[in-house]
Amino acid sequence: MHPAVGVQLDRGVPQEAGSVEKGRYSATTVRLTREETDIANGSAGAAAQTAMRVVAEMARLMGAQELVTITSAHIDGCLYHGDGGVEFAERLVDLEGKVCVPTTLNVGALDLLTPQRVRSAPHEKNMARRQMSAYVELGCRPTWTCAPYQAGHRPGLGEQVAWGESNAVAFANSVLGARTNRYGDFFDICCALTGRAPLVGLHLDENRRARIVVETAALSHRLLQTDVFYPVLGTWLGTACEGEIAVIDGLPSDLSEDRLKAFGAAASSSGAVGLFHIAGVTPEAPDVAAALGGIAPLQTIRLTPEMIRSTRDHLSTVQTHELDAVAVGSPHFSLDEFRHLVELSSDKRFVVPFYVCTGRSVWEELESSGAAAALINRGVEIVVDTCVVVTPILPASDGVLMTNSGKFAHYTPANTGYEVVYGSIEDCVASAQAGRIVRDESLWS
Amino acid sequence: MRGEAEGRLLRLAAPISFWGGVDPITGCVCDPRHPDHGNCISHRVLAIGATIGSSSSSAIMLELLRNGTAPAALLLARHDAILVLGVLVARELGYPTIPVVELTSAALAGLPTEGNATVSEDGKLRFTPPS
Repeated sequence: MHPAVGVQLDRGVPQEAGSVEKGRYSATTVRLTREETDIANGSAGAAAQTAMRVVAEMARLMGAQELVTITSAHIDGCLYHGDGGVEFAERLVDLEGKVCVPTTLNVGALDLLTPQRVRSAPHEKNMARRQMSAYVELGCRPTWTCAPYQAGHRPGLGEQVAWGESNAVAFANSVLGARTNRYGDFFDICCALTGRAPLVGLHLDENRRARIVVETAALSHRLLQTDVFYPVLGTWLGTACEGEIAVIDGLPSDLSEDRLKAFGAAASSSGAVGLFHIAGVTPEAPDVAAALGGIAPLQTIRLTPEMIRSTRDHLSTVQTHELDAVAVGSPHFSLDEFRHLVELSSDKRFVVPFYVCTGRSVWEELESSGAAAALINRGVEIVVDTCVVVTPILPASDGVLMTNSGKFAHYTPANTGYEVVYGSIEDCVASAQAGRIVRDESLWS
Repeated sequence: MRGEAEGRLLRLAAPISFWGGVDPITGCVCDPRHPDHGNCISHRVLAIGATIGSSSSSAIMLELLRNGTAPAALLLARHDAILVLGVLVARELGYPTIPVVELTSAALAGLPTEGNATVSEDGKLRFTPPS
């Protein structure tokens, strides 16, 4: 039997070569309420008991002294990475687990609406489907999107939640003002099954204030008004801030949710950003002083055009005009982004594969409006429930992929074998219609 | 997470996301932009200054343990909920697990860059230079 609590993170002491010293041990203990103790003893069933064991042990390892009750969860663990993840989910199903808070699901490894789109081997497809089914069995809503906040799942300011998927965590914390740590696959479902998370980190007021100020006054007004700037800024932030929370000053006060989404996704790919503040935009930053909580910042960074240009250059892995495919929709495309794409693409056909990844709630609205058919007729492939960097969809094992997503730009080389070129949505559309890469360089010069 | 381990030390030169950064089948660093690209973490005593990126890194950790391609031990500079979680779930499923040792950032930065490392059950670390 595993104890409900009791795992200790060993604090080792590195020594000179050849020498030995005894390590130190974490002394934190987690105080469980009577109800939590009952769950740990099986009162809510064996699945909740397993989940509480994991939650309590992780709480201890993270240095929490108690747990916090959560009001919702978003699960990243439904994506197939190997058979272990399926075994874990099916173990919880066998133990008759049910989530006890409203819970949405992130992408799976299949497009359930068009299964032939994914080129995985039969074993992988079968296991991916079993994994997705198991999470639905556990009572999660089959939303299959990495942008649950654009599919109706929007916890409010100050709400305690447990979310997985790095971009969703950043959005929930920063844009909605809800409170979650960056929870990994498997922990998200354990929180959903117990309705608890460790009371530590970003769940607490004192850990949410900014410690770094980023000033954008030296950047051109025109650049700040473009979509293509925000993934670049996010990528820079993730790389530069090394886990510290930043407040960014000087951005337009009417920043769209799609820009905030693209920014957060890039920041949480290139770094470990779980929370950011934008002065005058995000709810915990009416101004810089409020975001800092009245305490002087550790550092103030004045962004220069050179810093932004260099970051933008690093988002691409190749300089070429050759183009094999375009992929957008990481995080999943919103209805507004689809409307913009319809306008941009006019009646011209795409001559290289153009993938747009989205969730099924957006897909359903798109289909009923007739916009889906119009895009498909122009050669657009709309990928639903999943995306092109998490599962084999792209037509070959290498080539050049263009994207407007900082997150896709980050993960494409390792996950797909493709080289990547970063550009605006306008660049992506023009390139896919021309059959070669064209980018508007004037913004960056 | 306690345990005993021994292996060649590998100190990663930059923060990493296991998802999109480590191949769970081979155990090799597969992100071409990572400075350790091509190095394999399997059976190494792996020191990581910081993890970044995906919340699926716990799933990759689990698959590494299931596939027998995991590191021999993890030496982490921060409480890292995501990687430790993969080890914890492996234990729940009865897979082999590995020790996870927390060091201060300064201590981690002071580790030798090569040689062997031993982690003992009571939290002792021993480093020996390459022979």
